[in-house]
Amino acid sequence: MSAPTSPAATESSAARVRRRLSGRAASIAAIVIAVVWTLPTFGLFVSSFRPEQEIKTTGWWTFFTDPSLTLANYRDVLFGTASQGQLASYFVNSFVITLPSTVFVVALAALAAYALAWMNFPGRDWIFLGVFALQIVPLQMSLVPLLSFFSEGVSIGGVQVLPAWELEGAFQFTTVWVAHTIFGLPLGVFLLHNFIAQLPRSLFEAARVDGAGHGVIFRRVVTPLIVPALMSLAIFQFLWVWNDLLVALIFAGGGVETAPLTVRLAEMAGTRGNEWQRLTAGAFVSMIVPLLVFFSLQRYFVRGLLAGSVKG
Amino acid sequence: MTTPARRRATIAASLPLLLLAGGCSYLSGESQGADPQSADCDAYEQWQGHDGTTVSIYASIRDQEAELLEESWSEFSSCTGIDIAYEGSGEFEAQIQVKVDGGNAPDLAFFPQPGLLARFAQSGDAIALPESVRANAESGWSEDWLNYATVDGELYGTPLGANVKSFVWYSPGLFSDNGYATPTTWDELIEISDAMVEDGIKPWCAGIESGDATGWPATDWVENIMLREHGPEVYDQWVDHEIPFDDPAVAEALDRVDSILRNPDYVNGGHGEVQSIATTSFQDAGTPILDRQCGMYLMGSFYAAQWPEGTTVAEDGDVYAFNLPPIQEEHGTPVLGGGEFIGAFADRPEVVAVQEYLSTVEYANSRASLGSWFSAHRDLDLDLLEAPTDRLGAETLRDSEAVFRFDGSDMMPASVGAGTFWRGMTNWINGDETEETLAYIEESWPSS
Amino acid sequence: MGFSLLEELPKILWLVIGVAGFAAVIGLLLLLVDRGPKTRRDWWQAVCFLGPALLLLLLGLVYPAIRTTALSFFDRSGDSLVGLDNYVWMFTQPEILTVLRNTLLWVLFAPFLATATGLLYAILVDRSRFESVAKSLMFMPMAISFVGASIIWRFVYAVRPAESDQIGLLNQIVVWFGGEPQQWLLNQPLNTLLLIVVLIWVQAGFAMVVLSAAIKAIPAEIIEAARLDGTTPWQLFRHITLPSVWPTVTVVLITISVQTLKVFDIVRTMTGGQFDTSVIANEMYNQAFRYGELGQGSALAVFLFVLVIPLVLVQMRTNRRAREQR
Repeated sequence: MSAPTSPAATESSAARVRRRLSGRAASIAAIVIAVVWTLPTFGLFVSSFRPEQEIKTTGWWTFFTDPSLTLANYRDVLFGTASQGQLASYFVNSFVITLPSTVFVVALAALAAYALAWMNFPGRDWIFLGVFALQIVPLQMSLVPLLSFFSEGVSIGGVQVLPAWELEGAFQFTTVWVAHTIFGLPLGVFLLHNFIAQLPRSLFEAARVDGAGHGVIFRRVVTPLIVPALMSLAIFQFLWVWNDLLVALIFAGGGVETAPLTVRLAEMAGTRGNEWQRLTAGAFVSMIVPLLVFFSLQRYFVRGLLAGSVKG
Repeated sequence: MTTPARRRATIAASLPLLLLAGGCSYLSGESQGADPQSADCDAYEQWQGHDGTTVSIYASIRDQEAELLEESWSEFSSCTGIDIAYEGSGEFEAQIQVKVDGGNAPDLAFFPQPGLLARFAQSGDAIALPESVRANAESGWSEDWLNYATVDGELYGTPLGANVKSFVWYSPGLFSDNGYATPTTWDELIEISDAMVEDGIKPWCAGIESGDATGWPATDWVENIMLREHGPEVYDQWVDHEIPFDDPAVAEALDRVDSILRNPDYVNGGHGEVQSIATTSFQDAGTPILDRQCGMYLMGSFYAAQWPEGTTVAEDGDVYAFNLPPIQEEHGTPVLGGGEFIGAFADRPEVVAVQEYLSTVEYANSRASLGSWFSAHRDLDLDLLEAPTDRLGAETLRDSEAVFRFDGSDMMPASVGAGTFWRGMTNWINGDETEETLAYIEESWPSS
Repeated sequence: MGFSLLEELPKILWLVIGVAGFAAVIGLLLLLVDRGPKTRRDWWQAVCFLGPALLLLLLGLVYPAIRTTALSFFDRSGDSLVGLDNYVWMFTQPEILTVLRNTLLWVLFAPFLATATGLLYAILVDRSRFESVAKSLMFMPMAISFVGASIIWRFVYAVRPAESDQIGLLNQIVVWFGGEPQQWLLNQPLNTLLLIVVLIWVQAGFAMVVLSAAIKAIPAEIIEAARLDGTTPWQLFRHITLPSVWPTVTVVLITISVQTLKVFDIVRTMTGGQFDTSVIANEMYNQAFRYGELGQGSALAVFLFVLVIPLVLVQMRTNRRAREQR
């Protein structure tokens, strides 16, 4: 593993000029895309500080010529009458749901993807294609069977094979973890398989010669190399679970003991959906954590450089 | 394999087992104790003796309205020791099906659509009311109301809240300044509309956008006119599909709706062209009344909560409402409305206790005293209703002249009443022909 | 009812126990997998690695898929067999045919445009000084839920009458250029395309992050060598970057295609499936859960399964090619 050398150091001056020119066009294109991509969110952000009546009657850009600022939307979201101080509980719930669901998916998917890519057993390709195809099974269609598995157990021909899971209090999170893990697995296996299958065969042969088994190879050779891939999957799984509403509604219920932030925010839209201006502030409150996660994990993407140099 | 790593693994493996053994009861969060046997609790004596039990309720009511609900039974809850776990969800209609099919049904559910409750009654999931609750319901509500929750002669639900869907919202200030009187006949309504056009005001505003429920306000228009034009008998036949959806009677009603909602002179005050009705949310649709850009807005009594903060809703205030006037005199004063029915999926004693309590007039009064709510209960104390429109609504429902009918789209099969009827009306606003629309809805009516 | 740490502690404890227990089991598995008996070693090692995932999938996805397929041959309550009626219904209702057409539009546009944008952006900001900020900007939509994204875009497409102020950015831009404000979401098929924009907006961030990781994995020496040879950026892209990241591009395309087929929240929040914008997943949800037409909803779901077959074939070919290369 060699550290990448700085590109500028070895360049001729002509090449440097050329690079700077094309670099400028590229920069402009990049900025344009970035602006287009950010503008809608920015509009929402500005709106979240505007009074309800103004949101509904004037465009958010008029804010800059005629600023009127209010924190009422955030106050409602953070300290609304019933949820006084409870928002923190929903935050905790979201974490308790999201963290294990992410860890479970990443670990199980990595193991499965490794087996599907580098172990020899009959039907390997078919299993992989099957797992891949499972991505299409609509979540909604799985809710009823899975829920009845948890709440009624399994009985075949009237004989109770597995009991119902009668969970109370904090234990209720377990069903949500299992549900999210299941729904995240097909995509996880698929994404990681792509990365793991691309690792050079020589790596594995070298390890085999040293007498390493699959367990050791997986831990010592594969895992360090696919850290960026694991991190991307972790981020996406984290986001999907964090932003999920449907699974949470069914498996976590709506109480402050187990329901995540999304459930609370959806509830705040009011019975007839009238309070949607609160969603502007709500959207930002719930965005904070995903963005922090993204920022803090970003350095792992850069590590891809190191993984790449081994591969070459 | 190095030794420290193995030791770490062993510790990691045994830690959770230790914790599990010791912390199981702590983690499962045992509930806190009950409340005193004070004199305040005398009223709840008959329901005591279920200490430490929990009854789960699932409904579509959320946010502030849900908080008021929970407050309305908090005394009952603390006196009887029955913990009521309430959950409100915007996805109620779909999720209740999932929960029931998944074997995780709530003990009680508040159904805004009698049709949905009937579906569960027919499938055998919902439980018919026990005798005591049935007696309460029969003494408290008119037969009209109870019929909606009756399946095969068995009563499956008690009514909870109610609303009136034939309110026309208007600005009393605008009416008195321009010398309009609130109309009592259809002709007067049209006269006022024309007078407004002459005065340079768009007489009507409307908006049917409502997320995935877009279209329902337009169906309320059709139902209101059907009931007024052809009377309750034909209305019932139409709802039960005893006459086809594209019957000439329905076409006639839709033509009358057409003369208002698709009349460019009449709509869409404050929002633009006729087509803007389809994209204006029903919440926003009425606000131009405050700026006098729009004269009238047909929308349920619950719209009282939608006005911006600081709006006075009263007969002499910024906005108020009247019941949409009758069209044919022989059909009396038709009132279109809606409400929730409490259905049960369990019959444990504590569930029955909650059912009993919720069907009493004491409960209705307890909820009514908290505001923005009324019910069709015969003995509801009208003086408790603070908001003038709540009072107006409750009085309208109680009026002996009134012919009450439940919102038809909530009674039709959901694929029509919450599907093609909404969609058909949305496309109709967007320019489809009346015949085309009715044929489309008729076509979609499920067979058998 | 304030926030009390004591009430939150059980949750956090259970979280720690859950994750630690899981880690211990996996760790133990990896330790034991190399020390088992030598007979049929390949087979039971594969079981150890693959077993947990497959078991969960069997329970949570395979069984429901089979159940759904079976239900599609039954009536609305799942009681009596109706043969192919639900499929006949699906292909004869003009409304459902519109739904199928819309789904086709989605699959044709969304994956390609989202991937292309993501790739372009990933290359443009690669190694630039503002890389992490720039990437975060495009990533931001991913951090918002689909429902949140839909609310944002409803604002963008909002319309007000010509005489009053616009609140939607798109119409304001039209007005600034002297045009009439449009009812964007009413006119098909433009409205479907405008909804597709929302998905592209969200998924481009996904494409960008994954592709950026792939670009970083291209060995620096190769790029340096090419630069020294005086390769133009286009040639660099065409002959080095694109071939190197091609497998990842396929993965991203396929992933977004599957997400597109299942798109649901955007349509539901933006238009509720009105104005001929509904797609299969939305219609399936309506039929099966809102209308209580389980049979018809299941038939639509089965059709979704069928639509994924081309993607499976593409993936099969990719697999085969990858195997030949290594």
